[in-house]
Amino acid sequence: MTLERRNFLKLLGAGAATAGLAGCATQPGSPAARKVVVIGGGYGGTIAAKYVRMMDPSIEVTLIERNDHFVSCPFSNLYIGGLMKDLTSLTIKYDKLAANYGIKVVQAEVTGIDAAGHSVTTSKGVFKYDRLVVSPGVEFRTDEIKGYDIASTPEIMPHAWKAGPQTVLLRKQLEAMKPGGNVIISIPLAPFRCPPGPYERASMIAMYLKQHKPGSKVIILDANPDIVSKKGLFLKGWKKHYDGLIDYRPAKKVTEVDTGKMAVMIEGIEEVKGAVINIIPPQKAGHIAHVAGLVGADKKWCPVNPTTFESTLHKDIHVIGDSSIAGAMPKSGYSANSEAKVCATNIVAMMNGKEITEMSAINTCYSFLSAKEAVSVTGVYKVNAEKQAIEGVAGSVAVSPDLSEVEAIYAESWLKNILTEMST
Amino acid sequence: MTMKWSGWALTTGVLAISAMAQAAPPSATMLSYACAGCHGTNGGSAGPSMPSLAGQSKEAIVDAMKKFKSGARPATVMGRLAKGYSDADIAAMGEFFSKQKLHATDQTLDKAKIAKGASLQEANCGRCHIEDGKEGKDDTPAMASQWLPYLQIQMTDYLSGKRKMPEKMEEKVKPMSKADLEALLHFYASVK
Repeated sequence: MTLERRNFLKLLGAGAATAGLAGCATQPGSPAARKVVVIGGGYGGTIAAKYVRMMDPSIEVTLIERNDHFVSCPFSNLYIGGLMKDLTSLTIKYDKLAANYGIKVVQAEVTGIDAAGHSVTTSKGVFKYDRLVVSPGVEFRTDEIKGYDIASTPEIMPHAWKAGPQTVLLRKQLEAMKPGGNVIISIPLAPFRCPPGPYERASMIAMYLKQHKPGSKVIILDANPDIVSKKGLFLKGWKKHYDGLIDYRPAKKVTEVDTGKMAVMIEGIEEVKGAVINIIPPQKAGHIAHVAGLVGADKKWCPVNPTTFESTLHKDIHVIGDSSIAGAMPKSGYSANSEAKVCATNIVAMMNGKEITEMSAINTCYSFLSAKEAVSVTGVYKVNAEKQAIEGVAGSVAVSPDLSEVEAIYAESWLKNILTEMST
Repeated sequence: MTMKWSGWALTTGVLAISAMAQAAPPSATMLSYACAGCHGTNGGSAGPSMPSLAGQSKEAIVDAMKKFKSGARPATVMGRLAKGYSDADIAAMGEFFSKQKLHATDQTLDKAKIAKGASLQEANCGRCHIEDGKEGKDDTPAMASQWLPYLQIQMTDYLSGKRKMPEKMEEKVKPMSKADLEALLHFYASVK
């Protein structure tokens, strides 16, 4: 039976949940309000919750998030480099969003999803849904790094890949480091959250070292064969500002860490020591996506219908943001924002028995090279109907021609707008 | 039992595929919501260097997007993003933003400059920037309540020749002092 059920779900394939099927959950004349539950209050979840309510205020929306605030990963490298006093400008709360759009925000830990029963189990009780949006960000595949203890290692070798205390810790370690010490940044194989992020981080740390730690340098151990994103621009910026301060080593996959020796091993043979070691572990979909069986054959990410972001594995559950396999869209904050709107638009359509709409989404992502210069990558994304996959529209997926002070100014407004959109 | 399941699955599967094929072309909201990450929800910007799109006329949006697309208007990200949209997409987005209420910004402005700008605007700019800049003639953009830093960046581009001024604007702007232009920007930013 279970097998048949699974085959049935597979056959449904792209989730597709026709209006008819969706209708099952909401019988006409049913006294109970229709419910959407959103898991995760980050770049994706807040926007999915808001836009469902914007488009159809008759749908009840509950946003479940384990923290009472959210700290943005975008721009957190600027804090690490010393360009921000604290994380205040990167931190949002949910009270205004909840009040403005009538979203029920529940601070709780999600422990399980019952796809058949349409309910979410949390530390604060069970929540029924007609449709569920899962936007849990990433989890680390720490089991792929020998000697990495999920609790204690990041306290010594911070990842700082989820913004908050980890970001502060990495900054503190840099400040405390003796001049002349080397900073290691280890980059996992793509795909990972924020493809240009590690290289921006290297730039920001090099900027700090140049000013405050004479004799120090950044050693980048990149598991990838080359710089993953904005390569030409990073190389140009590094040469211009940090010549000799960034030692970029491609195809160097960190396979083992030794916190006692403050050393990492590459492929079990080459040892590299550092005074500060920033391990960005390989990544996978957020924990709850695994618990709920939303992860595909690769055991890492969640396959979805590219038009609705409905899971291809479980009906009525949508996965957006870093956890989802969104074709050509990078795992970025802006992608999550845009995917959330696509998902919300089609959820509202399906819940009202209306035709779904072809997706149209954007990514715009800035990286800082110095205190005053930034570069960007952009893209407009649509579904290739034949391949049923998200692709970039020709001409729109491109990077800045050069380092730019104007782009740094626009980047600041990008942050202001996107965080305001999430929190009000 | 098994028969039943697979039978149903098959039928639903077929239905599912046809439902997907039926997805309507992207709606105006689908297209326009994607802009809000940078331009604010419904085009009301919270970022001082990013223009509000809310309340712009359809003509102004279409004109701006076409110039971004062709490279006639200088840009950072917009020149690239505009290439991702068809004329029909752009028209739909223009329609969407033209229906949004003008976004009132809360910004610190210089009162003396606002007063000076107010005294200059009607005679110099009022023929195209009508209703104190709340509206624009033809494809002239609305300027009321735009962020001052955004207006300043645009004026800098105009004065340097990076962005081409319409002929009538050039006639008025060229003889004006920098102080007068600055006052005008403060005025338009202040209009709510």
